Amino acid sequence: MSGVEGYMYPNEINLYWSVLIVLYPYITGLVAGAFILASLERVFNVTAVKPTYRLALLTALSFLIVAPLPLQFHLGHPERSPEMYFTPHSTSAMAMFGYVYLWYLMAVLTFEIWLDYRREIVLMSQKSKGLVRVIYKIMTLGSNNISERALHIDEKVSWIVTLVGIPSAFLLHGYVGFIFGSIKANPWWSSPLMPVVFIFSAMVSGIACVMVLYMAVTKLRGKTIDMKCVDTIAMYLFYTFIIDFSLEMLDLIHRIYEADESFRTLDFMVHTKLYFSQIVVQIIFGTLVPLLLLAITQLVKLPEIARKRMYAVAGALTLIGIFAMRWNVVIGGQLFSKSFLGYTTYKMSLVTKEGLLVAVGLTLLPLAILWVLVKLLPPWTDGHSAEGVAAD
Amino acid sequence: MGVFKDAGHLFRFLAIFVFLFIAFWVIRGFVVPKSFGKYGHYRAASIDEIAAHPLHFAGHEACETCHVDVANVKKDGKHAHVNCEACHGALQKHAEDPASLTPTKPDTATLCVRCHEYSAARPKNFPQVHAAEHSTGLPCETCHQPHSPAMTSGGAK
Repeated sequence: MSGVEGYMYPNEINLYWSVLIVLYPYITGLVAGAFILASLERVFNVTAVKPTYRLALLTALSFLIVAPLPLQFHLGHPERSPEMYFTPHSTSAMAMFGYVYLWYLMAVLTFEIWLDYRREIVLMSQKSKGLVRVIYKIMTLGSNNISERALHIDEKVSWIVTLVGIPSAFLLHGYVGFIFGSIKANPWWSSPLMPVVFIFSAMVSGIACVMVLYMAVTKLRGKTIDMKCVDTIAMYLFYTFIIDFSLEMLDLIHRIYEADESFRTLDFMVHTKLYFSQIVVQIIFGTLVPLLLLAITQLVKLPEIARKRMYAVAGALTLIGIFAMRWNVVIGGQLFSKSFLGYTTYKMSLVTKEGLLVAVGLTLLPLAILWVLVKLLPPWTDGHSAEGVAAD
Repeated sequence: MGVFKDAGHLFRFLAIFVFLFIAFWVIRGFVVPKSFGKYGHYRAASIDEIAAHPLHFAGHEACETCHVDVANVKKDGKHAHVNCEACHGALQKHAEDPASLTPTKPDTATLCVRCHEYSAARPKNFPQVHAAEHSTGLPCETCHQPHSPAMTSGGAK
C-alpha cells in the first residue's frame, strides 16, 4: 500500500484529524496570545505597548470568531454540534470547552472591546450617517453616557475584565493542549506538559502575530512605526519564546531519558517523516533562527531599519514555526502505528471539505474580519482614531 | 445613585447576557427530548423505539426447534458456537411462517473464505487457507461438512 510502511492496524492507515485540526489550535493560540499581549498594557502597566493594545484585542476577536470553524468543517454533521451545549457530558472536554469559548467570546473579549471603545462608539453614533450610524447606535446599546465618571467606571471594570481574561485565555488554550495531552493511548501526545507548552507557544504566536500585523498595517497606512512599542513587544516575544523553547526541550529531554516502549518508533519518525516539518521548519527556522535574531536585537544596539527588518523576519518565522509545531503534534501523532511497527503518510487533499483551500480560506478569514473591525473600530493611537475618522 | 446612573450602560450589557441565557434555556427546552437523562446520558424513549423495530433475526433456538438433525450434527463440531443466521442470513420471516420464505442455500465457495481466507490479522491458531491454492474454486462442502467441518476421514481440520 503506497505511503504505508511496516505494520499498521487498518483503522490507522488514513488520518482522521486533518490540516483543519492543525489550524484549530493554531488559531486558538493566536487568540490567547494576542489577548495576553493586550493584558500587558492594561494589567501590568507596560505603557510602551499601548499602540498595539486595541489592535491586539481586535485581532484576538477576529481569530476567536473563526476558531470553531475548522471543527465545523471537520464534522460530518455540523448541525449536531449545538447538542454539545444543550446536553453536555461532564466527561467531554470538548463540551466543557464550548462554555469556556462562549465565556471568553462574550464576557471577556466582546465586553472588554465594548468598554474600551464605548466613548468612540457613542461619538460615532452621533456624527456618522446612514447604515453606519445604525450600526453604531446598536453598539451603544442605547446609552450615550460618556461622562467622565462613566468612563472612569468603564476603566475600572475593564481592568477587572482583563484580569479575569488572563486565566480565561490560559484556560482557553490550556484546554487545547489538554485535548492532546490527555490522550493516554497516544505516546506522542500523552504528556502533562502539553497544556503548558501549548499555552506558552500560544503566547509566542499571538505576540508575534500582533507585532507583525502592527508593523505591516502601520507601514500600509504610511505612518511611523512606534519603535519603543515594537522593541518592547520583541523583548517580551524573546522572553516568552525562551520559556516556550525551554519547556519543549524539557519535554524532549524527558522523553529521551525516559525512553519508554514508544521511544524508538517516535525517534525514527522524527528522523524520517517529521524531519522536515519538525527539525528543519519548527526547530531550526521556526525557533532557533527567530530566537537568534531576537537575541541579537537585545544584545547589540542596531539601527532602527535593521531592527524593523529583524523583527519582521523573526515574527514571520515564529508564526511559521508555531504552525509547524501544531502540525507536528496533530499530524505527527497519527503517523505511527500503536503497534509501533509501522508508519503511514498524510496526504492532504486540495479542494475537499478538509482540504488545503479551505485551510487557506480559514487562515485568511480572520484577517478579513479584522479589516472590517478595524474599519468600524479604528485601533490607532496616532491621531487617526474613531473620532478623527468621523470628523473626516 | 450616581454610581448606578453612570454604570447604567453596564447593566444594558448584562441584560444582553441575561437575555441570551434565557434564550438558551428556552431553546434547550424545545430541542432536548423530554425523556433525555431519565436513565443516563441518552434519550430514554429511544429504548422503546429500538424495541419497536421489526425483528430480522430469529436466533438459533428458533431454528433448532425444527432443524433438530442439523442441530445435533453442529453441537459437537467446530462450528457449535457459530449462529445459524451467521451463514444463512436473517430468517425471522422463515421462523414465523416457514412456507412464506424458503432460504437459499449459501454458496460455500464464497461463504467460508469470509472467515477462513488467510489474513495476517487473524490469530495464528485459527484455521486459514489460501483458497485459490487450497480448493481452486471448488465449493468447500465438496470435502468439508459445513455444520461440522472436520473431515471424517481424518484429513484436514
